[in-house]
Amino acid sequence: MKRIPLVHLAHARSGDKGDVANIGVVAYTEDLYPLLVERVTVERVREHFGDWVEGEIERYELPNLWALNFVLHGALDGGGTVSLRTDAQGKVLSSALLRMEVEVPEDVALRVRGWGRVPLDWSPENP
Amino acid sequence: MPEGERIRIGGGQGFWGDDLDAPRRLVEGGPLDYLMLDYLAEVTMSILRKLHDRDPSAGYARDFVTLMREIYPACAERGIKVVANAGGVHPHGCAEALEEAARSAGLAGKTRIGVVSGDDLMERLDALLEQGHALTNMETGVPLSSVRGQVRSANAYLGAGPIVEALAAGADVVVTGRVSDPALAAAPLIHEFGWAFDDHNRLAAAILAGHVVECGAQSSGGNCMAEWWSIPHRDVIGFPIVEVEPTGAFVVTKHPNTGGRVDRASVVEQIVYEIGDPRRVLTPDVSADFTTIRLIEEGANRVRLEGIQGAPPPDSYKVSVAYGAGWMAAGTLLYTWPDALAKARAAEVMLRRRFDRMGYRLDEIQAEYVGWNAGHGPLSTVPPPDAPEVQLRVAVRSTHRPSVAGFAREMAPLVLTGPPSVTGYAAGRARVQEVIAYWPALIDKNAVDPHVRVEVCRP
Repeated sequence: MKRIPLVHLAHARSGDKGDVANIGVVAYTEDLYPLLVERVTVERVREHFGDWVEGEIERYELPNLWALNFVLHGALDGGGTVSLRTDAQGKVLSSALLRMEVEVPEDVALRVRGWGRVPLDWSPENP
Repeated sequence: MPEGERIRIGGGQGFWGDDLDAPRRLVEGGPLDYLMLDYLAEVTMSILRKLHDRDPSAGYARDFVTLMREIYPACAERGIKVVANAGGVHPHGCAEALEEAARSAGLAGKTRIGVVSGDDLMERLDALLEQGHALTNMETGVPLSSVRGQVRSANAYLGAGPIVEALAAGADVVVTGRVSDPALAAAPLIHEFGWAFDDHNRLAAAILAGHVVECGAQSSGGNCMAEWWSIPHRDVIGFPIVEVEPTGAFVVTKHPNTGGRVDRASVVEQIVYEIGDPRRVLTPDVSADFTTIRLIEEGANRVRLEGIQGAPPPDSYKVSVAYGAGWMAAGTLLYTWPDALAKARAAEVMLRRRFDRMGYRLDEIQAEYVGWNAGHGPLSTVPPPDAPEVQLRVAVRSTHRPSVAGFAREMAPLVLTGPPSVTGYAAGRARVQEVIAYWPALIDKNAVDPHVRVEVCRP
């Protein structure tokens, strides 16, 4: 087993509704989805965000879309228009979640190495 | 409509402030039957209410009228119908301005304008409360009467029904106030295909189609994480189009020769955007089950969604109430190398001591270091080593306005009194703003009376 950041296994998008935020986490390939189900649990996500999320966290499964949906209550410091944070609407809670480290088999770690991160030979003018 | 015909709907605006040129690209870039435009974020209604109170002719998205002045002739010529929630708190005023735009485009007598209203509960609020509609906060359980004096706007999210009615009466352009966002695309489908309001599976498909296009380019490669570096030409990004079949199955695509990308990743990121329980995505028209969607990648920039199932909708409309909840301000200062972060931290401590000494009554103080933790907060555990620069951003909130005004004067002096190698104070000057908070509630559908008017453009 090897610990790698979730950013290599999944992409994500987050948004707000009042003081509730949601993060949709989507596996890059179908075979990675069961790993997300197993490793990206409510307990792990709660531990990851700590005090940053005040209320309950719920997780929903969308196996048809290789996705998990996390609903985070009290995640926005009072809500999108009240919060004093730069990210008042929770737009980057998605990338914040992808920092989380998960344990995966060695062969998976090898296969997904570099996924989710900009390639070394990239330039801002491309494509 | 001929059998097997598909209806093409493009999403041309994801919010008020989106790419102004996008609707024109949708209209001119290839085949399209309907253009849907979403202008209303939660905060927009309270802003429009404030404008309307100052000037009774204002209170709608004027950008929409400017846009229509430009594209109305092309829409009329190509038979493209437009559905927009640009009406804000004054849909009839929006329709009047739109009629003027139609007239100057030579469309007098040739185009019908529909208006959907009745979502605005502001005038009826006291009567509703008296009749026993408590408008209890869905998250806290507190009745609305506790903040009644501060309420700025109150709108029910109407469903697709009134828009369908307007289209059936021959409207070429339909302007609405607050309606559920996906209803702007669902209504044309219900109208064109003659779907029944108890055909829950097809209604779920219609709502899904609307959900996919309602945030504009967010489903066609904009704000998409998956291999974002390889998404081509976002400067001329193609806004999303759904090609819907009579069965309710549809393909998400975009016009040829546009930038962006429609693939599994871009579409799924949008499907999971701002949802709760995916098995019960609630709208006024249907409860949609997003776990039943089948996704098929058909080819380049073509993603097919089919099989979605629905169930009856709730008996109530969601109501969005905006109320004044105090004052806020935020200011910034830029500290540079060497020891940029140390300087910024010293400035924060200095400011907090000043706030205490001045006796400001602040309910919350938030300090962030742009370049380190303004995005990911405490999850950015390790400070950047020897950062070339760090921007200190301090924001405060209070129900005591003079304290916020006092704060707004506190940051600039630090360029002469605080830690060195600091700049950027002019651009980061704090401005006192009212905090508008949201009060989500439900109301019995019978207590709301949607209104539809369709009229030919007068000469």
